[in-house]
Amino acid sequence: MGNKSHITATINGEARDFLCEPRQSLLEVLRDVLYLTGTKEGCNDGNCGACSVIVDGVLLDACCMLAVETEGSSIETIEGLAKEGELHPLQSAFLEETGMQCGICTPGFLMSAKALLDKNPSPNEQQVRHWLAGNLCRCTGYDKLVRSVMKAADTLAEA
Amino acid sequence: MNKPETTNNEFNVVGTTPIRPDGLDKVTGRAVFADDFHLPNMLHGKILRSPHAHARIKSIDASAAAALPGVRAVVTGADFPVIEHKLINQGAAGMINIGELADNCMAKGKVFYDGHALAAVAADNPHVAEEAVKLIKVDYELLPPVMDVRSAMAEDAPVIHENLQPGAFIVPAEKFLPNAGRTQFGNGDTEQGFAEADLILEREYTAETIHQGYIESHVTTVNWDSNDYVTVWTATQGQFGLRDHLADVIQVPIGNINVIPLEIGGGFGGKERIYIDPVAAMLSKKTGCPVKVAMRRDEVFRATGPSSGTYIKLKFGVKKDGALVAADLHLAYEAGAYAGGPIFLGILSSTSRYNIPHIRINGFDVIVNKPTMRPYRAPGAPQALFAVEQMIDELATELDMDPIDFRMKNLAKTGDRLVPGFPLAPIDTVNLMETVKAHPHYNAPLDGLNRGRGLAYSLWFNLGETSSARIQVNLDGSVTLTTASPDLSGTRISLAMQAAEALGIAVEQVSPAVCDTQSIGFAIPSVGSRTTYGTGAVVCEVAEEILGQMRARAALLWEIDTGQVAVERGIFSNTADPEQTLSFNQLAGRMFETGGPISYHKTGNPQSFIPGIAAHLVDIEVDPDTGKVDILRYTIFQDVGKAVHPDYVEGQMQGAAVQGIGMALNEEYFYDDEGHLKNASLLDYRLPTTLDIPMIETVILESPNPAHPFGVRGCGEISIAPPPAAIANAIYDAVGVRINSMPMAPHKVCAAINAKKIAAAAAA
Repeated sequence: MGNKSHITATINGEARDFLCEPRQSLLEVLRDVLYLTGTKEGCNDGNCGACSVIVDGVLLDACCMLAVETEGSSIETIEGLAKEGELHPLQSAFLEETGMQCGICTPGFLMSAKALLDKNPSPNEQQVRHWLAGNLCRCTGYDKLVRSVMKAADTLAEA
Repeated sequence: MNKPETTNNEFNVVGTTPIRPDGLDKVTGRAVFADDFHLPNMLHGKILRSPHAHARIKSIDASAAAALPGVRAVVTGADFPVIEHKLINQGAAGMINIGELADNCMAKGKVFYDGHALAAVAADNPHVAEEAVKLIKVDYELLPPVMDVRSAMAEDAPVIHENLQPGAFIVPAEKFLPNAGRTQFGNGDTEQGFAEADLILEREYTAETIHQGYIESHVTTVNWDSNDYVTVWTATQGQFGLRDHLADVIQVPIGNINVIPLEIGGGFGGKERIYIDPVAAMLSKKTGCPVKVAMRRDEVFRATGPSSGTYIKLKFGVKKDGALVAADLHLAYEAGAYAGGPIFLGILSSTSRYNIPHIRINGFDVIVNKPTMRPYRAPGAPQALFAVEQMIDELATELDMDPIDFRMKNLAKTGDRLVPGFPLAPIDTVNLMETVKAHPHYNAPLDGLNRGRGLAYSLWFNLGETSSARIQVNLDGSVTLTTASPDLSGTRISLAMQAAEALGIAVEQVSPAVCDTQSIGFAIPSVGSRTTYGTGAVVCEVAEEILGQMRARAALLWEIDTGQVAVERGIFSNTADPEQTLSFNQLAGRMFETGGPISYHKTGNPQSFIPGIAAHLVDIEVDPDTGKVDILRYTIFQDVGKAVHPDYVEGQMQGAAVQGIGMALNEEYFYDDEGHLKNASLLDYRLPTTLDIPMIETVILESPNPAHPFGVRGCGEISIAPPPAAIANAIYDAVGVRINSMPMAPHKVCAAINAKKIAAAAAA
């Protein structure tokens, strides 16, 4: 246990530091060290997108990045999506358009969709589908999920 | 867009679309799923799994694992109680062979599939546990694996269990072959039927093993305390079934176990049996610490309960006018390592939607060296429909009949006798067919090369069985609704809506929750499309009792007979003096002057085998060079009785259909000849993604279910069944080839197209 690294990073806008072993992924550290359990593990090998987070503006699977690589970086997770108690339009849209069923993939989809809307605030359906293809949902069949993202984009455009 | 064609406006709450109360925590990341749960001093368990499909365990040496720093305990099959192998009737929980269930969780003597658990380690963290597992040495004597139903039923097949105990899934099977049990149903005289037929077709169909593919792996945390009380925190479809099975496997009294269901990240039938809970329990007992066991994704594929690969042989006879006269069905379904696969539901779903006077069905539950098959959403139905609905389409084509007219000619209607002998409960099957026929999608032109349209029709059943619910009315007029039915996809809101409707109050006044096994009466799991229908019916009965209690309270205050108190939409009134009224909230506020708290708990048994029906219509395009099939347009027509929350009803229809599309086109287990699973990942076991699927149109029909006060039918399962057959029929329409093997992967479609070209060239 003597080989832990001391890492300092910004998580959801707040300066944080933590100790981690070289073999620990960002996902493991978020969930088991920092207890930010909103980021989910679906496969732990980069195939389901349930652990999608945004690091320095880049969408990635937290299971595929080592925690030691995050020194000095800015990490966005689902816990930071609502600001000061105000839901992000994506979160409201997922609730209103029933864009989820069991909810296990929901944080990953929300973070992926946020990364999309940060880049392209008014995507068409095909662009939404293309961007979200790295996230698996087994409950919804994607229809209401894609509609939720389109609705959030509309809400953001009106704001 | 996509809203139900509802004509029924007699409800205040049912039929609206409120936001679910558990939703907020799920969009903010605060919801606690099984892996989000932590306890102080908690250890982590990892499991050693067999790399062989069939082998005798000669010895296990765990000394190096036990010596690794950070390891707290090692268990093997020898640490588990020895349990007799026999079928036990657990009433509403079903027939179960606890000995085999126990052996499936931890092998003793023999391993029966790649992934079978045979030892486990508890350590300070998951990495140490995983390292320790790798240090366990096992000496195996390899045995020949049997990997598909036809080889398992062949004369010279290796015998997998020396003394096969035939299994049961709803109905028991009889022992038929060393590796197979049999269940038979029939009616009439098939020999006579085929003699009357003008046209007879015989076809064979196969399907590969598939997985439910829930995104949350199995995770459990178990604490075995010093009084031998065992507490389980996990994601399960049925906390009571888990409790009772676990008690038998680890041999503690049922009353000592409490199962606390956490949020569940998908189940689809695959989370109603135990796998890792007994392992975590024995590790906890041995270490004196709570132990969490979390499956990796590859373990989920290798060692949980997928759905059967099948071999189906059909012979159907029909008269010139389109009347089916005879059918002979041979349905062989994989049971996996232990008996008790979904064969009965395969039989029930295969032909129950049609009237066939002379019919014989032989169903086989076949042992193979794969994981033990468990229910997957409408268990057995997609495989049966893939065969039968293609046969129906082929017969209609041969007779040059419209596929809907052909189905109409043979359609089972309310009261018609079904194969197992009971009559079809009330449902409007004719209206469904007429709705499809009149729909713009059915009548839209479909232009372009290699494009085709296909239809498939399904009839499926809702379980009622045992559910429990409690309503407590609180002093402020709020209502606490607790049930024993885990919420997989929004049933807390659909049950709260029914409580609100029955009580005549706003849904926002009702707080729904799912309880642990110490806090509410028994229920069978959330399976069989039963929660919104069956648990909902019990919730309504409880609400009626609550209204009765509250009428008595009002009578006491007004000094009149209870019979003189009327209640409508949450307002209680004196029938003799209409000026005298009390609202629900006012009456709740006076509970302590009228006798104390108002609450009621009931364990009820709503009727089972309530039918649901669905027809799917699909347009596809085949790429003739690669064999890839693209879905162009997809419409689901489904009769849901009464849509409680229409948005979530649509979600059930769409989600089920997309799982069906996945199994139709992509999904399958790949085993090599030695029985090793080669695609145990979400990369190689390919679920549909956003790019594979268009928007899914829905048409909700509502022919009321008389067994539910609001007419509700379960809607969760049925729409997984038609997609493979509908797509197969569309492929035929597009390129004129029949694909009788599921999944209809590009290479199979391509080969069929090429074979057709070659045959055409040879004929020319």
